[in-house]
Amino acid sequence: MLINQFLLLGAALFCIGVYGVLARKNGVLVLMSIELILNAVNINLLAFGAMHQGPAAITGQVFALFIITVAAAEVGVGLAIVLLIYRNRTSVDLSEVDLMKG
Amino acid sequence: MLEHAWVIPAITFTSFWLILFFGRRLPKGGSEIGILAVGSTLVLSCVMVAQWVGRAKTLAVGHGEEIEHIRGPVDNTVRWFTSGQFRVRVGTHVDGLTVVMLFTVALISFLVHVFSTNYMEGDRRFTHYFASLSLFTTGMYVLVTASTTLAALFGWELMGLCSFMLIGHWWEEKPNSNAALKAFFTTRTGDIGLLVGISILFWAAGGTFDIAKINQAALSGQISHTVLVVAACALLAAVIGKSAQFPLHTWLPDAMAGPTPVSALIHAATMVVAGVYLLARVYGVFWVGFHIPDGGFNFVAAVGATTIVIAAVLAFVQRDIKKVLAYSTISQLGYMVMALGVGAWTAAIFHLFTHAMFKALLFLGSGSVSHSVHSFDMVDDMGGLRKPMPKTFATFMVGSLALAGLFPLAGFWSKDEILLGAGENGYKVFMIVGLVGAFMTAMYMTRCVYLTFFGEYRGHGHPHESPLPILGPLYVLTVFSVGAGLLNAPFTHEWFGKLIENETFFHAGVATHDFSVPDALISTVVVLAAIGIGYLLFFQGKLPRGVTARQPLARVGYTFLANRYYLDHIYTGGVVGGISGPIARAAYWFNQNVLDGIVNGVAIVAKKFADWQYKYIDQGAIDGTVNGSGHGAEGLGGFFRTIQTGRVQQYGALLFGATALLALALVLTV
Repeated sequence: MLINQFLLLGAALFCIGVYGVLARKNGVLVLMSIELILNAVNINLLAFGAMHQGPAAITGQVFALFIITVAAAEVGVGLAIVLLIYRNRTSVDLSEVDLMKG
Repeated sequence: MLEHAWVIPAITFTSFWLILFFGRRLPKGGSEIGILAVGSTLVLSCVMVAQWVGRAKTLAVGHGEEIEHIRGPVDNTVRWFTSGQFRVRVGTHVDGLTVVMLFTVALISFLVHVFSTNYMEGDRRFTHYFASLSLFTTGMYVLVTASTTLAALFGWELMGLCSFMLIGHWWEEKPNSNAALKAFFTTRTGDIGLLVGISILFWAAGGTFDIAKINQAALSGQISHTVLVVAACALLAAVIGKSAQFPLHTWLPDAMAGPTPVSALIHAATMVVAGVYLLARVYGVFWVGFHIPDGGFNFVAAVGATTIVIAAVLAFVQRDIKKVLAYSTISQLGYMVMALGVGAWTAAIFHLFTHAMFKALLFLGSGSVSHSVHSFDMVDDMGGLRKPMPKTFATFMVGSLALAGLFPLAGFWSKDEILLGAGENGYKVFMIVGLVGAFMTAMYMTRCVYLTFFGEYRGHGHPHESPLPILGPLYVLTVFSVGAGLLNAPFTHEWFGKLIENETFFHAGVATHDFSVPDALISTVVVLAAIGIGYLLFFQGKLPRGVTARQPLARVGYTFLANRYYLDHIYTGGVVGGISGPIARAAYWFNQNVLDGIVNGVAIVAKKFADWQYKYIDQGAIDGTVNGSGHGAEGLGGFFRTIQTGRVQQYGALLFGATALLALALVLTV
């Protein structure tokens, strides 16, 4: 089994996710891109976990499960924020949300 | 009550806060709280005197056969704080000296409170005035009941503060606030000595502030003589400042800018004797440090003697009745300090006691007069006041004669005892100085009485007798001015002396002397001569013949009437104009120019240095650093705020960019 294929897949997904986070204006799509990044990390963790035998093998899968849980919570909060932004501004364009400008 | 002496300062301290917070809302503006508080402390102090008199004699002093039993002190202390290995205690130390001081302070303070209700009526800071009086009384109580030098320092500084507030009571006028500042700074100069002295004695006596232990250590030779001399000099500086001794006496005449009852309470009867009290309290240090029992000459006595003469001379050239009394106070404080210097401990405290009575009487009397004529100027606004103000005149007369030291009034006994002590302890020179001082005292008081109460009325308006709240205290003080001296007379077996003589007194072995008739006769003759000469100088040619004959003072000098014109000539051109005038003026000039010059010179140098420090250190270095760091922070913030666009995607880009850089670094280095 070649680990490189999994890592390359993870890297590709990560780059797509980063591009989405930085370039998309739509808040929902930014959240989806963050999910892509997290899942890219998950793939990496599973791949590294599969490389090892014994108790170390399970560690990667446990980490992946943790990340999925955190990601679910993150999406819940993130979508709630996006929803409130939409209610206030009738738009989810993140480039318009710059109230924290210094 | 002797164990619970702390109640007394606690009462007046509570009264201070009550007056401050609720005084304005009360019908009498807070004065009723002050009178009630001080009145109750007066009652308590009377109880303490009675208990002290009835106390069994417990403390045994002496060696072998000659054990003498005296009344031991009553201590009541609690631990205040612990610092390292030192446990500092605070509490009260009550002995004869303490109860007498408590009684004196309470009595004078009470009478001054009563006097002030009328004298200060309608004043805009009436309530604050009474609050300050309460706080001042607290300070004095703390000082006299303190068992440690540290607690004494608290009381001492509290009085300094109150003195400042009360001298500057009418601070809207520039001279008054200047006088308050002068008094504060001058006494502070001496207070440095007090701090140094307390610190030295703390280490020298083995890490204790306890006054009784310090005295014991000093008298038993536990502290080396060199250390004692330094400590005694430092403490003497504090005494010189607080008790207005030469050369730091210049603040006291200026302090007359305060209300007259304050002058009576603080600058005559109580606060200024704090220095004398301190001297008497830590007497062991001075006793050994300055070799007091050896006789001949010592520094304490010299300071006192110089002050007696310098101040008495100045009293001749004053126009302001309060200034005469102020210089007289300085002179009398000189007597007390000199008495302690020559080893006449009992006499000094006795004089402190009697002087408090008659000097408070004289000050309150001058207050009564000024209340009536609205001025303090004897030359322009007074004269002939014995007719419209007979009661004030009578009491003032008694006070003046008591101050002059005429038999059998209070001043006679105490002054005589000082002179006797000086003579018997081998300080003949100081006895002569004391006699000269007595002569001058009698003479300037003759002048003062003449200018105020005799001759023609020179002011405007219609003087009238003062009301009862003013006269009442005068009557009480008159009784004491007559009777206080008898407490320590031979026919009362020196009752007062036996009452106050304390542990330190006996450990040191201070000598006591029996009343001596020849010495008393000498001082009486001196006083009578002074009054006679004063009469001839000041009264002659100023009064119609008939009045001269009717006056009691006139009869004394009546036989000299034949020489009237001749003496008139001496008076106008000779003695006063030719001798005492220039001397007094020279002394005054010296006072104003040389001493003030030195003080001002020091101030100017200090100011120059302060200016330099302000300009370069404060403004340049310190402000530069502070401002520099401020500017730096501002610039940095300005740069960083450009990054804060508020756009979440830009933050994300920075985040990912930074991570990528870190990852690159990691890859390259590993």
